[in-house]
Amino acid sequence: MTFDLFVLPFFLGLITLLVILSVKYARWIKGFDLADRDLIRKGVFTKKSLGAAGEVFMESLLHRKMFRRNGWLGYMHMSFALGWFLLIVCGNLESRIYSKVHINPPYYPIFLKFFVADEHILRHELMSIPGVFRLLMDMFLLLVLSGLVLALIKRASSHWFGLKKTTRHTFFDRLTITTLWLIFPLRLLAESFTAAHYHGGSFLTNNFGDLLDRFLPAQQLSYPAWWTYSLVLGGFFVSLPYSRFMHIPTEVMLIFFRHYGIKPTLHFNHYSNFEIQSCPKCGVCIDACPLHTDANEDGIPPAYFLRTLKNNRPDINSTYDCLLCGRCGEYCPVGININALRVSQRIRYAKNLNGSFTYLKQTKSQLAEVAYFAGCMTHLTPSIKISMEKIFTTAGVDYQFIDRDGSVCCGRPLWMAGKEKQARELMEHNKKLIESTNCKTLVLSCPICLKIFREEYGLNIEMLHHSQYLLRLVNEKKIDLKKEDIQVAFHDPCELGRGSGIFEEPRQLIRQMANLVTASEEKGMSICCGGSLGSTGINCYQRDEVSQLTLETLMANNPGSIITACPLCKKTLQKGSPVEVKDISELTSSLLDVGKSSTPGLNN
Amino acid sequence: MPNFGYTINSDRQIDYDSNDKRVARYLAEHEPSFMVCISCGTCTATCSAGVFTTFSLRELIGNIKRGEARNIKAEAEKCMLCGKCQLACPRGVNTRNIIMNIQRAIEAFEL
Repeated sequence: MTFDLFVLPFFLGLITLLVILSVKYARWIKGFDLADRDLIRKGVFTKKSLGAAGEVFMESLLHRKMFRRNGWLGYMHMSFALGWFLLIVCGNLESRIYSKVHINPPYYPIFLKFFVADEHILRHELMSIPGVFRLLMDMFLLLVLSGLVLALIKRASSHWFGLKKTTRHTFFDRLTITTLWLIFPLRLLAESFTAAHYHGGSFLTNNFGDLLDRFLPAQQLSYPAWWTYSLVLGGFFVSLPYSRFMHIPTEVMLIFFRHYGIKPTLHFNHYSNFEIQSCPKCGVCIDACPLHTDANEDGIPPAYFLRTLKNNRPDINSTYDCLLCGRCGEYCPVGININALRVSQRIRYAKNLNGSFTYLKQTKSQLAEVAYFAGCMTHLTPSIKISMEKIFTTAGVDYQFIDRDGSVCCGRPLWMAGKEKQARELMEHNKKLIESTNCKTLVLSCPICLKIFREEYGLNIEMLHHSQYLLRLVNEKKIDLKKEDIQVAFHDPCELGRGSGIFEEPRQLIRQMANLVTASEEKGMSICCGGSLGSTGINCYQRDEVSQLTLETLMANNPGSIITACPLCKKTLQKGSPVEVKDISELTSSLLDVGKSSTPGLNN
Repeated sequence: MPNFGYTINSDRQIDYDSNDKRVARYLAEHEPSFMVCISCGTCTATCSAGVFTTFSLRELIGNIKRGEARNIKAEAEKCMLCGKCQLACPRGVNTRNIIMNIQRAIEAFEL
């Protein structure tokens, strides 16, 4: 027997799912830029596909990043994904052995135990094939069921899984997860009822079947159980493309696209659809967000923001309130580029907001080896620029302070507010100013400037944050530093650390001058100082709350002072800090060992 | 017009009948910190754009509060959103959002 009416709900559900997925994906891929489609074409038959397949195995099946977050959380996701995957693969192999043909109808392996629950076949099978497949299938089913138990526990107390807050799902998503959860107990029931009579299972289904048979009419219940199993499977497949479980197939596609080299753009496009739909709404980002007290239905954390983005345009508050600190991105197991998606929505909102900088007269600078661009925020914290000038002079560097008489903003604040065109106007101005110096190295004091200079200016020179540059001066023995026996903590500015990947240089520099103590959240996990220019929406009290949160993490090991590497962070943290807050350049300048140095600057 | 004796600005009278307070109301609703501004001028003193042109957020807010919406479009467009004013403001006014919302109001009321 290879067919029964009860397979139809599953079979039709599967076909519906495949048709919907194909249509959606085809439409989105068709909307890709020509260059991106070329990348796919060129990448498919290369080792990039192998790399992508490896990542799919590690992330979509094993859930490595989830394991890193929390062992139980990782196991729960892994047991569902890997367990189900192995059930499909192993069931498929098993069905080939029974049917002795290579291609079976897709429903045949799923309901194999029903079709082969014939004593004659079983006896034959027992003689010819070891029961290893039956054993494996029961083991994999148990693996999935163990994950289901954890999922139920997680609903009751998520803190065991390292989550303080979990996503509030929509009614439809809750309905879909119920069907997902029902699939595996129903499979167990259907196979056990059948095994009670034929003993075609293994340790799990045979014994469970026997147990059920003691007080239930297993033989009569077997057929309805297979029907229910098929109906629930079909129901899950049909609802999948409209629920958060769309992430299962979409994340696989996204991983492949990334390996082919497709990158998210500033403007919302069809690739963005793949990113949005890859979000599983797992809610890991909710705890990561320093504004998570605002986590309402249309809230800031990506789990909610992307849900509204999927359906329509997110409201203006959740679009503009976000600090763009990028901490959620570090937590995200899928690696969705949430900041790019958020800015893409700001661009939509700011479409008609203009800016006009025709009042700027192009200025030029004198020639120099090194150009120093302090940036707006550094002009607000003059001790930083004074320190930098002192260090430049001490080291005898041929430099020009190109925005000494006032900065034209780097453009990043406008860029983050969705005013890309206006930002480019300012960028063009600054670019010409820098090119006029003919410098080899550009030193920047503000990480906000650094990020946009590096990513969007297209300058063909070395661009360094001052923490990197100062470390270089020390390494090249252009300046000498004294070491003091003081305890300091380092605050990673978002744009410098997560934004530009500079974590180690400032720490190396600080260690030469003081004893660096750790903060409870640091490097990629550090929290925004609260002053971020990424947000235009939140008020000063919300900013203060974020600052306090950050200061608590920085004060974890009772440092005598806090060192940061951003004028904005310094200014913001200063407001509520119990200890002194200094920029790394101020610390360096105050600990310059002028006695030892024999640089030309000192001889003057 | 009587001579009030001012020397910096030319003498003028504020005509409340012809003034347009829609932008002020829009700002009060969308960025309430607009209402706590005491016109101290710290924002203007620290302004990046103010180094290069005559741009004054203090004046802009003052004009909007009075309902004098004549030049606000051109003025608001001068802001670079750099955020120095926000850090300097002694009243915690969300100045960048005021600029954004002035522009949104201009868009909404087609000023």
